Amino acid sequence: MTEGSQSCGGSCGCGSEAGKVDEGRRGFLAGAVATGATALAPGVTLFAYGTAEAEAAGADPKKRWGMLVDVSKCVDGCTGCVTACQTENGWKTTGKPATDPQWIRKVTLRDPKSGATRSAPVMCQHCAEPPCADVCPTGASFKRADGIVLVDRHRCIGCRYCMMACPYKARSFVHEALEDQKPHAPRGMGTVEGCTLCVHRVDKGVAPACVEACAKSGGAIMFGDIADPKSEISKVIATYATMQIRGDLGVDPGVRYRNL
Amino acid sequence: MANIVYTECQGGQRFWALLGALLMVVAIGAASALYMEHNGHIVTGMSNEIVWGLPHVFAVFLIVIASGVLNIASLGSVFGEMQYKPKARLSGVLAITFLVGGLAILVLDLGRPDRLTVAMTNYNFRSIFAWNVLLYSGFIAVVVAYLVVQMTRTWARYTPHVGLVAFLWRLTLTTGTGSIFGFLIARSPYASAVLAPLFIAMSLAYGLAVFILIRLALENSASRGLGDELLQRLMRLLVIFVGSVLYFSGVFHFTSIYTAWRVGWESYLLLDGGLYTLLFWGLYVILGTLVPIAMLYGRTGVTRQREIVGSVLVLIGGFAHIYVIIIGGQAYPLELFPGYEVTSSFNDGVVASYVPTLPELGLGLGGAGLALVLAMVAMRVFRLLPQGDGVSNADAS
Repeated sequence: MTEGSQSCGGSCGCGSEAGKVDEGRRGFLAGAVATGATALAPGVTLFAYGTAEAEAAGADPKKRWGMLVDVSKCVDGCTGCVTACQTENGWKTTGKPATDPQWIRKVTLRDPKSGATRSAPVMCQHCAEPPCADVCPTGASFKRADGIVLVDRHRCIGCRYCMMACPYKARSFVHEALEDQKPHAPRGMGTVEGCTLCVHRVDKGVAPACVEACAKSGGAIMFGDIADPKSEISKVIATYATMQIRGDLGVDPGVRYRNL
Repeated sequence: MANIVYTECQGGQRFWALLGALLMVVAIGAASALYMEHNGHIVTGMSNEIVWGLPHVFAVFLIVIASGVLNIASLGSVFGEMQYKPKARLSGVLAITFLVGGLAILVLDLGRPDRLTVAMTNYNFRSIFAWNVLLYSGFIAVVVAYLVVQMTRTWARYTPHVGLVAFLWRLTLTTGTGSIFGFLIARSPYASAVLAPLFIAMSLAYGLAVFILIRLALENSASRGLGDELLQRLMRLLVIFVGSVLYFSGVFHFTSIYTAWRVGWESYLLLDGGLYTLLFWGLYVILGTLVPIAMLYGRTGVTRQREIVGSVLVLIGGFAHIYVIIIGGQAYPLELFPGYEVTSSFNDGVVASYVPTLPELGLGLGGAGLALVLAMVAMRVFRLLPQGDGVSNADAS
């Protein structure tokens, strides 16, 4: 069987007559192309973007920054770590918890059998195998050589797949226009953000803001290099039983919890 | 030697009226996208908990349809069912236009759609999302090649080979779409390899239902007839595909029930999930699966009306099914501390609420409208449609 083409027989209701050259087709095609080009051309914008690799170039691969939260010292109702993070990084809540940024939050746990309660901060867990970085199509979500997991806001396209993949609800999408941003914590509507472990402070040898604030109230959060067996945090982790949230997932979080 | 005679659609009052109406829908979609981009996603019902909303339901629906609608062409050139050959061109074009419609929604729902060039120039090859970008663009290229070899005499001999590549590509593509959810290790409603074959079965069913409806819509006179016998075969095929979706959905949920950490989700979805339970059982299982099967299974001489209603119900059920998978799956709370009751300022331990807004609906409908507009433009410009049902026409030549 071979195939051939000829003009419409005119009986399909489309108005064509057999054997007549279709003069309208060329005009229709030209019009469609022109309309499409006019609609699409202004939307195509080229972007110059920074590179995550360049920003992370100074990170020391021998280190792995991490935290240890002693839940027994975390005061129920205290939100000092949350407030300090907000002040340091310039994010705030507006009474809409579902769309507000949530770089760090306090969770209250209740054992339904015993009725015992605990309180603990949850933020980005800075996983060794971060699912957010695995799924990010552009590589905007990435892990520095020293274990800090970040979002390159110049490369983030706002697809939110990292938020789907994160086991900890640790990522927030910027839903509204922003003002009063901190120069060291750039943010932008339409991109995803989360705890940076106060990378701007850590790179200067200063502990994250939440750790500093917590030291003044309960002293529940310890910060340090968990790859260095001689560091204070490593010694505590080696001495006492600690756990990782959803450690069963195999993502190896850099934040550990004690007395949970 | 027999000829299949293909012609372009020349327009006519009905054609232009429908094209005009669809362009209005596309304009609404574009306006919705602009509104969302200008004001941010705060004007949608989406949140940091329901991060993918109604636009994604539309997008995934259109993308699985795009993959499935190509099956009509595959039946001809891969499986040697020659009576489907006259439908292959339209099948290929619909595959492209539905994919473009779905992708347009995905792109315009990005937080930064203006950074599309970033997505096209930075690939993280560990990401199934990045792989999907390549699978989608590759699919369009392969189907264009498939159409070219079908529509040119010189290269017609390559049709079976290119058709096979297109068939394998579409299987891979839908595997990729299902894997976007299947790879979400921390979420009990997803994290399953069964999602890949489930999505393939969905694509076959919903793609075929769309093809049947569009082909029936074109059947406005004897010269564009579909052929009763062929249509009966398509309806039987639709029943098999719809049954396959139910089978894989059943496997997905039964295997979940066997997994301790997923029982909570299954109990929620199947029994206590309110709207999601209603959508699953009422719209997907009963109205979108059992009713069309009962209407079409084992019957001869099925009326056009029954065929149309059956296909529409399959699509309504399919949309509800994808809504439950995407939205319901996110609404169910992430379990950070198994065994504990959790409360926080970020709704930990609470089922997330989601009410889609008009811009989301506008964007979703706009994408569907775009798919149909592009299909109509293609039908106007290219010779896609056979005269008559193609087969009897060929016999007569």
